[in-house]
Amino acid sequence: MVLSSLSEKLQETLRRLRSKGKLSEKDVEEALRQVKLALLEADVNFRVVKSFTDRVKARAVGQEVLNSLTPGQMVVKIVHQELTKLMGEQAEKLAVGDRTPYVYLLVGLQGAGKTTTVGKLGGLLKKQGRRPLLVAADVYRPAAAKQLQVLGEQLELPVYTGTEADPVAIARQAVARAEQTQRDVVLIDTAGRLHIDEELMAELAAIKQAVSPVEILLVVDAMTGQDAVTVAQGFHEKLGLTGLILTKLDSDTRGGAALSIREVTGCPIKLVGMGEKLDELEVFHPDRLASRILGMGDVLTLIEKAEASIQAEQAKNLMQKIQKDQFTLDDFLEQMRQVQKMGPLDQLFAMLPGMKPKHLQGLEFDEKSFKHLTAIIQSMTPEERRNPQIINASRRKRIARGSGRPVQEVNRLLNQFEQSKKMMKQLGKLGKGGLPRLPFM
Amino acid sequence: MAGGFVSRLKTSLSKTRQKLLAPLEEAVLFHKKISPEFYEELEEILIMADVGYPTTALLLERLKERVKQEKVDQTGKVKAYLREIMIDLLTVPVPTGLEAEEPLALLVVGVNGVGKTTSIAKLTEYYKQQGKSCLLVAGDTFRAAAIDQLAIWSERLGVTLIRHQAGADPGAVAFDGITAANARKIDVAIFDTAGRLHTKVNLMSELQKIKRVVNQNSGGRKLLTLLVLDATTGQNALSQVRTFHEAVGVDGIILTKLDGTARGGVVLAITAELGLPLLWLGVGEKVDDLKRFDPEEFVTSLFASED
Ligand SMILES: Nc1nc2c(ncn2[C@@H]2O[C@H](COP(=O)(O)OP(=O)(O)OP(=O)(O)O)[C@@H](O)[C@H]2O)c(=O)[nH]1
Ligand SMILES: Nc1nc2c(ncn2[C@@H]2O[C@H](COP(=O)(O)OP(=O)(O)O)[C@@H](O)[C@H]2O)c(=O)[nH]1
Ligand SMILES: [Mg+2]
Ligand SMILES: [Mg+2]
Repeated sequence: MVLSSLSEKLQETLRRLRSKGKLSEKDVEEALRQVKLALLEADVNFRVVKSFTDRVKARAVGQEVLNSLTPGQMVVKIVHQELTKLMGEQAEKLAVGDRTPYVYLLVGLQGAGKTTTVGKLGGLLKKQGRRPLLVAADVYRPAAAKQLQVLGEQLELPVYTGTEADPVAIARQAVARAEQTQRDVVLIDTAGRLHIDEELMAELAAIKQAVSPVEILLVVDAMTGQDAVTVAQGFHEKLGLTGLILTKLDSDTRGGAALSIREVTGCPIKLVGMGEKLDELEVFHPDRLASRILGMGDVLTLIEKAEASIQAEQAKNLMQKIQKDQFTLDDFLEQMRQVQKMGPLDQLFAMLPGMKPKHLQGLEFDEKSFKHLTAIIQSMTPEERRNPQIINASRRKRIARGSGRPVQEVNRLLNQFEQSKKMMKQLGKLGKGGLPRLPFM
Repeated sequence: MAGGFVSRLKTSLSKTRQKLLAPLEEAVLFHKKISPEFYEELEEILIMADVGYPTTALLLERLKERVKQEKVDQTGKVKAYLREIMIDLLTVPVPTGLEAEEPLALLVVGVNGVGKTTSIAKLTEYYKQQGKSCLLVAGDTFRAAAIDQLAIWSERLGVTLIRHQAGADPGAVAFDGITAANARKIDVAIFDTAGRLHTKVNLMSELQKIKRVVNQNSGGRKLLTLLVLDATTGQNALSQVRTFHEAVGVDGIILTKLDGTARGGVVLAITAELGLPLLWLGVGEKVDDLKRFDPEEFVTSLFASED
């Protein structure tokens, strides 16, 4: 079995489910099997997957779904809701100490991205008006302190390296230095270590004891596999983590490790690393990662948005009209109104996996052009709106006069209408070929 | 030194074993008779070792076939079968020239932070022990202090380093490196490269250029490209191997950080899909923490009972 086909399968299964009126327990089982495989492919820990699918199943075969009007959609929603719940509902901020200087301690396995992240975080805090001090407490890796010094230079931030070979002493002195030099946040970079290395784990505990950090952040490579659970547990038990930073999310990993770590530590993911450059650190959005883990682009978000603003019946009619080529300018106007409610169109379509920019051309509607569009369409006769082919040159002129818009704009609108008709049809086809269909199609 | 090394490897692999195979022993003892539940448990054990679902399914399929063939219904035999199937999967021809019988160039590549530079230090130590002369090339001109990192290793190991300034063109460093190695008749020239995500197209073409430069100036020297993988990595390792292999051609794999609790089972998926050989295992941060990969020994130590 090819790996990448898994998420396609999942999408296909969920799509089929969505259109179903009634669900059997077998339908749910099959869907959950696909969910399970997708989660495993995403490196979510086996046991976490198991308890997750059990939870979804309990809800999915329960009253909630059977009594709902669209049970298929309900299941999709439950999967997404449970996933988001697990990831945390919203972005969480870094703690601020009640006196300065306060300390953030960054810990993690070798090569996770600690040093780079200390640099990035320093840059971020500086931008927010803080005065960070970077501290190189990695005395083991060759040129580790130098690495941080180079980053400090690039960021124009001071770096404390100390003279001692003892990381605990370095940390303690760094805080004293911060006090003397009015730095308000101390960011301590530590050496990468294995969670089973008792000596080095004791060293971290000693640093914690010495400087009482307000944040102890575990830096985790987003590409980590099943072992993420063991690693996170190891660090959490010895140190009491306060948060996570997920790095290298600019890769093509699905990032399921994040889910596992959340589950076992309960700590929020606070930031994500999106590249090697110092400004590539971002706030974490749980819902986005939830969708990424399932390999569905932001389809689920899109579905929710669309659901909120479009009535299912109306949507079905529209789709039928498109299929039967009965899509009129009135429908076009109505649809644009709906789409406007959902937010910017290009952004909306960009959320669809497989959607290319060329599909979007000629479909930008800001509020103003939407008003113009309305005026133009309203200047047409009902017959013209139903049957735009009859709009010849003289009719165009009349419509232009009636709406107070130039003739070119009328032409453009008619072109756009044709184009979007084509695109909707195409989207409908795409929907059948593996991509999830929009609910209004 | 040798004693320390062996015992370190043993502890490293027994950690692996406890994680991967204590449950297997348990499953065998608990179930006695082969049943769907028993297979389910095997599935869990393999997936928890990062083998991944598709390869787990493949292994179990082969196992079931074997069980049917041999007409056994007791779980006791299963361990041996699974062992054979895994060894079979991991047995892949090793590229020639690895022992530097002839002058050799090694291009070491991989994503960020997997252990490329450290593995280069370990390889240098290995070849030195074999009486070969080595030269290192500081091809990571991008990451902060990456050149200094390799410089410290080369000093400790007492080998020449070819380096440019930070930010210099890695192709130019590679050119100087291969030229110097040939002029000085060095046995093994090892090229460090900047960590790069396989998804970054421009960085992958930079790597192609580096390889081209070394190739075109090799003076007949054998060039092998080694991909470094971190055993902690999950299924994304497959994507890494595929993309690097497609871009520059990979001759073998170094699997690092096996001294942790990660099991690196994804290599089974890698050999199953791509047939690339696993060459070396990294089992610590010191220069002698490198172990030649041997399928039997690897699987044997995985399956050995607790002592
Ligand atoms: N425990 C353990 N740590 C290792 C091993 N190999 C490398 N490391 C550590 O992993 C970290 C990253 O190693 P590097 O050799 O700098 O990795 P790299 O791939 O060159 O990293 P970049 O050049 O930054 O992409 C360092 O802290 C090493 O000491 C190993 O086998 N076991
Ligand atoms: N692509 C990518 N690379 C990263 C990211 N964060 C760190 N790195 C790289 O990962 C490697 C290891 O980072 P480093 O900060 O030295 O890790 P440490 O050993 O945990 O201190 C370096 O090559 C960094 O450039 C990230 O978010 N994306
Ligand atoms: Mg570091
Ligand atoms: Mg390196």
